[in-house]
Amino acid sequence: MSAALRTEGLGKAFTLHLQGGTHIPVLGGVDLAVHAGECVALWGPSGAGKSTLMRCLYGNYGAGAGRIMLRHRGADLDLATADPRQVIEVRRETLGYVSQFLRVIPRVATRDIVAEPLMARGMARDEALDRANALLRRLNLPERLHGLPPATFSGGEQQRVNLARGFAPFYPVLLLDEPTASLDAANRAVVLDLIREAKAAGAAIIGIFHDAEVREAVADRLFDVLPQQDAA
Amino acid sequence: MTITVVPPAPSTLEGYNFAYLDEATKRMIRRALLKAVAIPGHQIPFGAREMPLPYGWGTGGIQVTASILGPTDTLKVIDQGADDTTNAISIRRFFTRVAGVATTEHTAEATVVQTRHRIPERTLREDQIIVYQVPQPEPLFRLEPRRMETKRLHALADYGLMHVRLYEDIARLGHIAKAYDYPVMVNRRYLMSPSPIPAFDNPKMHRMPALQLFGAGREKRIYAIPPYTEVRSLDFEDHPFRPIRAPHACALCGSRDTYLDEVITDDAGGRLFVCSDTDFCAERQADSAKEAAE
Amino acid sequence: MTTPLLKATGLNLRFGAIPALVDVAIDVAAGEVVAIVGESGSGKTTLLRVLSGMMAPDAGDVLWLGQDVLAMGEAARRRLMRTEWGYVHQNPRDGLRLGVSAGGNVGERLMAVGARHYGNIRAEALSWLAKVEIDASRIDDLPRTFSGGMQQRLQIARTLVTHPKLVFMDEPTGGLDVSVQARLLDLIRSLSRELGLSVLIVTHDIAAARLLADRILVMRRGQVVEQGLTDRVLDDPQHPYTQLLVSSVLAA
Repeated sequence: MSAALRTEGLGKAFTLHLQGGTHIPVLGGVDLAVHAGECVALWGPSGAGKSTLMRCLYGNYGAGAGRIMLRHRGADLDLATADPRQVIEVRRETLGYVSQFLRVIPRVATRDIVAEPLMARGMARDEALDRANALLRRLNLPERLHGLPPATFSGGEQQRVNLARGFAPFYPVLLLDEPTASLDAANRAVVLDLIREAKAAGAAIIGIFHDAEVREAVADRLFDVLPQQDAA
Repeated sequence: MTITVVPPAPSTLEGYNFAYLDEATKRMIRRALLKAVAIPGHQIPFGAREMPLPYGWGTGGIQVTASILGPTDTLKVIDQGADDTTNAISIRRFFTRVAGVATTEHTAEATVVQTRHRIPERTLREDQIIVYQVPQPEPLFRLEPRRMETKRLHALADYGLMHVRLYEDIARLGHIAKAYDYPVMVNRRYLMSPSPIPAFDNPKMHRMPALQLFGAGREKRIYAIPPYTEVRSLDFEDHPFRPIRAPHACALCGSRDTYLDEVITDDAGGRLFVCSDTDFCAERQADSAKEAAE
Repeated sequence: MTTPLLKATGLNLRFGAIPALVDVAIDVAAGEVVAIVGESGSGKTTLLRVLSGMMAPDAGDVLWLGQDVLAMGEAARRRLMRTEWGYVHQNPRDGLRLGVSAGGNVGERLMAVGARHYGNIRAEALSWLAKVEIDASRIDDLPRTFSGGMQQRLQIARTLVTHPKLVFMDEPTGGLDVSVQARLLDLIRSLSRELGLSVLIVTHDIAAARLLADRILVMRRGQVVEQGLTDRVLDDPQHPYTQLLVSSVLAA
């Protein structure tokens, strides 16, 4: 069976035109394959390009070289060359991403933020909101906060909103960037459960976990991300 | 309407062409009239001439009348329904002097009726023509000040704006408040101002057997409604058009279905309502006098 | 892939010596929100005017569902503008009738397409005022008594009441307080989602574009210098001008 996500010779460099065209290579020759039901932890020193790799996999950064093959609607799609509308479709149906930062329209209620990806898939509003509320409760976010916009929430609360939004729909491929960074032990345990459940349901998960305990609990293997030599 | 230059009758003024306007001008106006009849409700520009009376006194209507009048015609002129008001008398005398035509106060006897602000109560016939004096031919005038834009709206039959005006009336007052110059759709195509006749008269325009001609002198526009043309007053399904009249009987003839004028009789608030159509009222009074005598 | 609703190719337009549009191509699919960003004078608004048929380019084609917009008669284009299209002006005064009540403003498009039942028109106007969060008690008030944000929301209600497929928006949040902007952005987004509306929005507000748009086009001196997925263009800009634009945004 082919991998849920596979990169071939993936490379990424940045050219900073405002700094006289400085060229910064970050990734080169990355060959990563993740299968359904498997969790792979990216491993490497700070600044090695783990977050850059995650962003490339999500299509947030454009791939500089190589291919990113994703199982989508039963076929392999190269995210590196997909057009924007395909990427949007992939993100709606196949590829989820929990980043460290919450970026939402001000004034939108938390439960609506979580329910949004469900409704984008066509789920009825009431059902989507029920599911959103349930997941937020499970992540110990008090009910009274569900109707408020998360702008004034603490870092940990915002992260849980992000997690709920990422886990509410089932994504066959899920990217987790430091999902437990600002969480206490109790909430960390909830996240671990969520990850295990997603794996059991067949999700392919790629994560950056600085917390060794979390990493050991969910990662099936590590994938080394090595710093590139400055070639400028 | 076929006329040739005719020597003026002895009682008429010397030195003027028949019906005052020269033949070239009449031909130009008749062309505009033909065009107007061909496109019911559509405003046709024409080269309005200076007339020997000020704008606002019916220069548009007079020019139309002058262009269609023949020596055998009988002319009736009314102002606010009355034959005996200054304006009506002046215009009648004008045509007596420049065309030598017969005049009448009886609607039934007239071949051409020139009017300001009313349509006679007596139903007009196929062999009659009614000429309206129009101060402002553009029904969208108060809603869209740009003349180019109103022309475009007519061309595209884009009349939502007029309905907005009526909507506003209902929203504010509970009913459509326009009591005169109430806009109509002619032949389901053109939005048209009926001139400042009371809304009460609007239904008379619908499928009228007589030809209806409209002349606006200052604005230099002519338009027309051919006989038996559909003329609908704008309205809403749930707020249908309703012709309104004062809920009284005429103090002189007792009519309960004609348009009434309110007449103040003294300084103590005394008032009475009488038919605005003086000819119609007089006829009814004569009829009932005859009946009483028999 | 479905065919785009709106598709323009090879658009060129010069104002004397100034190039306003240089070989611009753009398409908008059903349900998609596309932002055009760039500094003042970059040709954003000109592009919007050309795409909506309000201005003719020197060269190029604009197709709406395969129909040539530029070859369309004015009657057809106006019909399009009051049925399948909508246009939200930067200044609500350009898009509203200030002497007509809020309800009349919303109802006008309905009446223009033949609605003739006062009660239904009023009910529809009320429901749209609610959607844009204007109190029902204001329905008979004149828009000139409204705040700028309310006027803009009224303009949106007036535009969307006939359920257009595509709405052109020219700096809809320009000139509004920041707090009011957020509310308006939220409204535009939720309405576009709810109605499956396509939106082509011109803005110089990068943050607004990020929150609203699926795709983004960056314009400079009449040229589209970069385009693509919104978050990719903003987070991984390739063109020097885009890098400058993105780095100039104040982070909140």
